[in-house]
Amino acid sequence: MELLSGGEMIVRFLRDEGIKYIYGYPGGAALHIYDALFKEPAVQHILVRHEQAATHMADGYARATGKAGVVLVTSGPGATNAITGIATAYMDSIPMVVLTAQVPSTMVGTDAFQETDMIGISRPIVKHSFMIKHPSEITETLKKAFYLAQSGRPGPVVVDIPKDMTNPAEKFEYVFPKKAKLRSYSPAVRGHSGQIRKAVEMLLAAKRPIIYAGGGVILGNGSAPLTELAQLLNVPVTNTLMGLGAYPGTDRQFLGMLGMHGSYTANLSMHHADVILAVGARFDDRVINGPAKFCPGAKIIHIDIDPASISKTIKADVPIVGPVESVLTEMVATLKEIGETPDKQSVTTWWKQIDEWRGDRDMFPYNKGDGSIIKPQTVIETLSEVTHGDAFITSDVGQHQMFAAQYYRFNKPNRWINSGGLGTMGFGFPAAMGVKLNFPDSDVACVTGEGSIQMNIQELSTCMQFGLPVKIINLNNGVLGMVRQWQDMVYSSRHSHSYMESLPDFVKLAEAYGHVGLRITDLKDLKPMMEEAFAMKDRLVFLDIKVDSSEHVYPMQIKDGSMRDMWLSKTERT
Amino acid sequence: MRHIISLLLENEPGALSRVVGLFSQRNYNIESLTVAPTEDPTLSRLTLTTVGHDEVIEQITKNLNKLIEVVKLVDLSESAHIERELMLIKVKATGAQRAEIKRTTDIFRGQIVDVSSSVYTVQLTGTSDKLDSFIQAIGTAAILETVRSGVTGIARGDKVLSI
Repeated sequence: MELLSGGEMIVRFLRDEGIKYIYGYPGGAALHIYDALFKEPAVQHILVRHEQAATHMADGYARATGKAGVVLVTSGPGATNAITGIATAYMDSIPMVVLTAQVPSTMVGTDAFQETDMIGISRPIVKHSFMIKHPSEITETLKKAFYLAQSGRPGPVVVDIPKDMTNPAEKFEYVFPKKAKLRSYSPAVRGHSGQIRKAVEMLLAAKRPIIYAGGGVILGNGSAPLTELAQLLNVPVTNTLMGLGAYPGTDRQFLGMLGMHGSYTANLSMHHADVILAVGARFDDRVINGPAKFCPGAKIIHIDIDPASISKTIKADVPIVGPVESVLTEMVATLKEIGETPDKQSVTTWWKQIDEWRGDRDMFPYNKGDGSIIKPQTVIETLSEVTHGDAFITSDVGQHQMFAAQYYRFNKPNRWINSGGLGTMGFGFPAAMGVKLNFPDSDVACVTGEGSIQMNIQELSTCMQFGLPVKIINLNNGVLGMVRQWQDMVYSSRHSHSYMESLPDFVKLAEAYGHVGLRITDLKDLKPMMEEAFAMKDRLVFLDIKVDSSEHVYPMQIKDGSMRDMWLSKTERT
Repeated sequence: MRHIISLLLENEPGALSRVVGLFSQRNYNIESLTVAPTEDPTLSRLTLTTVGHDEVIEQITKNLNKLIEVVKLVDLSESAHIERELMLIKVKATGAQRAEIKRTTDIFRGQIVDVSSSVYTVQLTGTSDKLDSFIQAIGTAAILETVRSGVTGIARGDKVLSI
């Protein structure tokens, strides 16, 4: 029997759980844990420069691997600084375990120094949270935290740990629990077979079917059976912003992203569909453009692990609660068992219509201009080319995020990492760091803008300390592009506070932190300099690229319209 | 439509705040709420009443079920059930009114549980409608103070909510 203090138990547990890296920042209430960490070489701690970055690093790791990222922060401001990152993970259902230190239990509620009610503050943005009441509970509680974070619909779990629970002078028996016991929690392990058969029959009988696949397919490892099902049925596929990579982006059956900035073909095909198979998607307002006029002729099959996501905004005709991987695999098996194929005539007519919409244009056409100024879209196309569409791409939030989603062709899941639900500026850079740390041999690039990057720019220092050679692709147009686009379109071009004055010299800034900074202002330098940046395997390279500030992201759905109502350029609409 | 949702909840600190927080977070409405431990001290029984369209009620029950501390849930109003609320009400009882209040209390099968020279305290149990009717019968002018427990309830017959 081994006796350990609470602090030692936490660190030992993390080691036994197979955690290699944790991301955090020390402080008074967390010091016992940090002292235990000092003595445990198997768990490496990455010291960020702001707690928000710790959560995004853990998040980036989680999105790339499907496993929970682990964060350790102190009480009070340490905990509140982590809130944005926890909310980001919650909105996108990302597994994360956040250990927050707390003032000693005897002082909780007394407005003690650096006290904040973390359980209370984080309550609406966690899957669950625990407060440790006795050191002997630590291992079981942590086991539950990891199980909850990673099972069912994943999400962040907070464990609040008062300082006296980690007192080095008090030792208790340490046993690594094999399983978490929770009597009130049992996520669905498979879908209802009757419903699955019904869904397959409905798809076989459909004249204009479409698959609308979201982030749940990536989280739930459903990419392979989804691709098989789509190809067996010869059904067109569209991915949400969160689902990019769930279906191969260069495949003929892929219509591009759908929604507010989705492709013309994807949005039109959705609108005219008679059967929509929604998988791991939640009919988000940025996808459906309002429930009133949404896809008037469509019957909806909705597969989701979370029953509360089904019929929340759009009523499902065939709801299927279950893990996407098992449900889709069963659908493929059922389809083979039935042994029928969809009516050839219907398939041909539907694809003919889709190909007519698709035309011989690019999926996302844009005016390439005369080459005197670099278009942001061109930067992403070049990035896709230089990295052979195979890099991990993280993004911040704004126009650059939409351009990255539109122009980078993701053929694999878990490669596109962005804050879709919460839309957190400052997410991309630390997320890229979390990915790079765990995938040191892969290319990792953060697509950002001069607005977003400044929200966590301090992490350039962390990258130097821990050797994280990510590539930063800064689409610098000198303005808050997406805000400005809305101001152009909705507020008669009154550019209220969307102009960033006094921007730093990003090249010098990168150099000040010990990294490489490169500025690109000429289109002919774009590709060679980007190649040069990716060739520097061991260096963080900050590419500051001067791009056209007048570009808008198109298509853009028109408010209160249907899926098919879109602006296609500044002057054309559907 | 009004629904009575009853749940078995882990009897742990913070569990109640998660239930209540869910309602404010998702803009649902709670009309009444009552909670106490059961014969098994690790479980609490919580009963709440809410009003909403079927789709909203569906979301409420789904989201309540998602809370880790919610062990079991039933919408009592979906089938035969017994519903009770307790009210303690202080009323002015002077002059001719004194006898009238006593009579009304008897009609409603309530009890006068405390008496002073000018005030009766009446205890009444029943459905919320019955309690409302009593208040109407007495008249708000005579009422000094009202305390209601909120609705609690149980399914009729063999059906039980247990783990």
